[in-house]
Amino acid sequence: MKKEFSVVGKPIIREDGFDKITGRAKFADDYKFDGMLHAVMLRIPETHAKINSINYSEVENDQAVNSIITFADIPGAKKVGMIKNDQPIFCDEVIVTPGDVLAMLVGEDVARLRLALSKIKVKYTPLQTLTDPRKSLEPDAILIHPELGSNLIIHHPLRKGNIEKGFAESDHILEQTYTTQLIEHAYIEPEAVIAIPLGQNGIKIIGSIQNPFSARRIIAAVVNLPLDKVQVIQAQLGGSFGGKDDTMCILSARAAVAAIKVNRPVKIRYTREESILESYKRHPYILNYKVGFKNNGKIKAMKIDILADGGAYCSMSPFVTWRSVVQATGPYEIENVHTDVRAVYTNNPYTGAMRGFGSPQPIFANESLMDEIALQLGIDPVEVRKINGLKAGSITATGQKLQNHDVNLLTVLDTAAKETDFQNKWKKYKKDKSIIQKYDFTKPVFNDSQFIEPDQLIKKGIGLAASYRGCSLGAEGIDAAACYLSIQNDGSVYLLSGLAENGQGLRTTFSIIVAEELGITTDNIFYLETDTSRVPDSGPTVASRATLMGGGAVKNAAEILRGRLEELIRAEWKLKNSDEIIFHDNKILTTDNRQLTTYKDLCKLATNRGVNLATIGWYKSPNVDWNEHTGQGDAYFTYVYGCQVAEVSVNLGTGEVYLDKITAVHDPGTVINKLGAEGQIYGGVTQGAGYGILEEATTENGLIRELNFDQYLILTAKDIGEIKPIFVEGKEIYGPWGAKSLGEPTLELTAAAISNAVSNALGKRFFSLPLNLEEVLLGKKLRPVEVKRGSLQ
Amino acid sequence: MINLKFILNGKEVTVETEPSIRLLDLLRDKFNLTGTKEGCGVGECGACTVLMNGKAVNSCLILAAQIEGNEIVTIEGITNGNELHPIQKKFLKYGAVQCGFCSPAMVLSAFALLKENPNPTEEEIKDAIAGNLCRCTGYKQIIEAINESAKELTSH
Repeated sequence: MKKEFSVVGKPIIREDGFDKITGRAKFADDYKFDGMLHAVMLRIPETHAKINSINYSEVENDQAVNSIITFADIPGAKKVGMIKNDQPIFCDEVIVTPGDVLAMLVGEDVARLRLALSKIKVKYTPLQTLTDPRKSLEPDAILIHPELGSNLIIHHPLRKGNIEKGFAESDHILEQTYTTQLIEHAYIEPEAVIAIPLGQNGIKIIGSIQNPFSARRIIAAVVNLPLDKVQVIQAQLGGSFGGKDDTMCILSARAAVAAIKVNRPVKIRYTREESILESYKRHPYILNYKVGFKNNGKIKAMKIDILADGGAYCSMSPFVTWRSVVQATGPYEIENVHTDVRAVYTNNPYTGAMRGFGSPQPIFANESLMDEIALQLGIDPVEVRKINGLKAGSITATGQKLQNHDVNLLTVLDTAAKETDFQNKWKKYKKDKSIIQKYDFTKPVFNDSQFIEPDQLIKKGIGLAASYRGCSLGAEGIDAAACYLSIQNDGSVYLLSGLAENGQGLRTTFSIIVAEELGITTDNIFYLETDTSRVPDSGPTVASRATLMGGGAVKNAAEILRGRLEELIRAEWKLKNSDEIIFHDNKILTTDNRQLTTYKDLCKLATNRGVNLATIGWYKSPNVDWNEHTGQGDAYFTYVYGCQVAEVSVNLGTGEVYLDKITAVHDPGTVINKLGAEGQIYGGVTQGAGYGILEEATTENGLIRELNFDQYLILTAKDIGEIKPIFVEGKEIYGPWGAKSLGEPTLELTAAAISNAVSNALGKRFFSLPLNLEEVLLGKKLRPVEVKRGSLQ
Repeated sequence: MINLKFILNGKEVTVETEPSIRLLDLLRDKFNLTGTKEGCGVGECGACTVLMNGKAVNSCLILAAQIEGNEIVTIEGITNGNELHPIQKKFLKYGAVQCGFCSPAMVLSAFALLKENPNPTEEEIKDAIAGNLCRCTGYKQIIEAINESAKELTSH
């Protein structure tokens, strides 16, 4: 018998909502401490340079400068990294990308410190730069990190079946190259952190930190302290989307080095320009796809070659590209697959984790390709995906048999197609020709009727994209999470997860899980401050794993405490072990609706009887496996499926793409936090749409041109049309009540769906994101010319 | 240094300050009103929105000296003790808050809109918050919350 949920899936007001909506929520920059100093960064306007000398003599006696913090002040690790320790805290010999920092000045007044920066004399020799990732592996390429001996960060091969045989058996072969752009996370809160020295007790860090445990590991290495002497507290986080990880670890470490040296609290707060300059971005990809398929639409072979620009540092590139190699074929069962994904070093801004994490790029490619196959065979986009789509028991590109979960691909595809009347619209828009597309521009205009009215410039299109996505970390590493839960004798509850709130609403989701399990409401639960000294390391809040893994740990903790309470009830009321006990609406009931006691009185009784009402919950993922030589294995323990349909209007005069409606169908298992889940779809789709039509950080010799929101444009309220979220819920065995992943799937599909819609409108295909005005009108990106005004070259 | 006299959240205040600092810094540093946020410093993101004589303005683009004799309202002046303004209640009810960094400014833009136009269309709501960037929500629940606020405020 399925029990009705009381709290799960209901619209619950955010746990942190009151503080946030009143401005009382404290973000990192809102903290001030007595004697607190500020730190500013010393950089040089170069991309790649050897540092010959730094002369501080003019600032050494400057009243504004309390201390100069350099490489020499670092007590521990000089270079750090999430995977490879290749990123210096301060560069002493060489800089390899424009964001690199040489040293810091610390003092009371930021404005005066910035003036002092200009008085430091840095002598350096510019070095040859490498900014084209296609040249990184050439034999004569300069090495970004000579000590590593190569610019190759990682190579993930995948071999399934026999690729040559697959192409030989194909009736058609299609080969295309796609490119995707560098983009910025554009969290609205710029980075900020404060380090507070605690003497013998180490150091305390408060910051806009996505992953407090990752930050703790790196700070501890840099300041050479044991983990228990580095306390990391997460301030309210003003957006992250994968972006406040490596950068924040390094900023925290810099602040810690300074705070220990000057023995006062030190704050670092970035301007938007510094944030965009130094923080990592989403990887630009160059994707080459060759696909062989039969006349009946069945894909026989897919050969994929992907090159990711990792920029100057390794960061998360090996894991980002690993997700790409697993998912690069898209959600299709293909007998013969041959994939190579490589990430390489360049002098460009480094790239790392960003919501989607190596999936939006291949999805743009493989979902464009699916539409091309459909067009070539004269079938529609839904049909070609149904012919090849993954079903229960299908074998993925990595050789994994899909089982132990609902393989919902065809369900989400059908739901999305039906909801939007996809096939009829797609055929109609494909056939429709705008007057301008039929216009003969060689003939002169004779009368008014030949003028084109503005609305005749609008052409409609519809497109879709589908995906499968491995939940949580998969074979990236250990996958487990913890939760601390403590019931007080009046029934109120302390809750703290080892995963961190990123703004997505994790605290609320976790509070809902506890409330449901204990039959109480969320206002009885107090969510504690995220602090590395209070709860076990639960890994990072990434990979859309919080509800699944963190929620699993919360449910485990709540079940443990409920179990102890049930044991007490059975003893006190002399019930049998087989008698079910119901916790509902602050009451404890038997199945025949007899009230035994109230929840509150039960907690009091438990305290009086010496029952332990505090515990640590734990959730560990099932095992996964991976062969790095063949790219074969059970990459993830479960998957989610999604399909988005974009309906657009394209202005044939300007190239502008209007987003009329995005229908987003996802299968997150069970929806725990309804408002939060819908918010994930609205926000993810909007970010994905920005990736599709607008956003790009362009570089000139490695330096980003768009350093603030006047040039780096993200979608405003006026730029996005209707968004319709649809959840296909199912019964799953993993996660709390079968809740899986949602945050990233919502973003990864939108750009591809939009590109397919614009192609449907215009009858021409696009191979390069974003579909900005010039891409749509001219089929290429316009860049400022390299030659300067007045230059003879 | 100059002395400024202005009305802040309904109370007349005087403060000694350098004339060159921004209203944003004055509010955050001198009055500790940290609900006003800095996101870009160039008037693009709108996170520093406050009301100046009832109009929503970017406090990063206004110099302290410009506010002499004017009336400034920050998010802290919208809430009456612990009693939320109806707009704030609707933001919470409709899930319009995620990370919350843009939220105080969104509320103020909505407040200024509904003062001037109690029955805005969806397009007018979008116009009013077009200067407030939000990276989390996709704006949908914010627009819904403002629309519902308008309905409630006009029904009284």
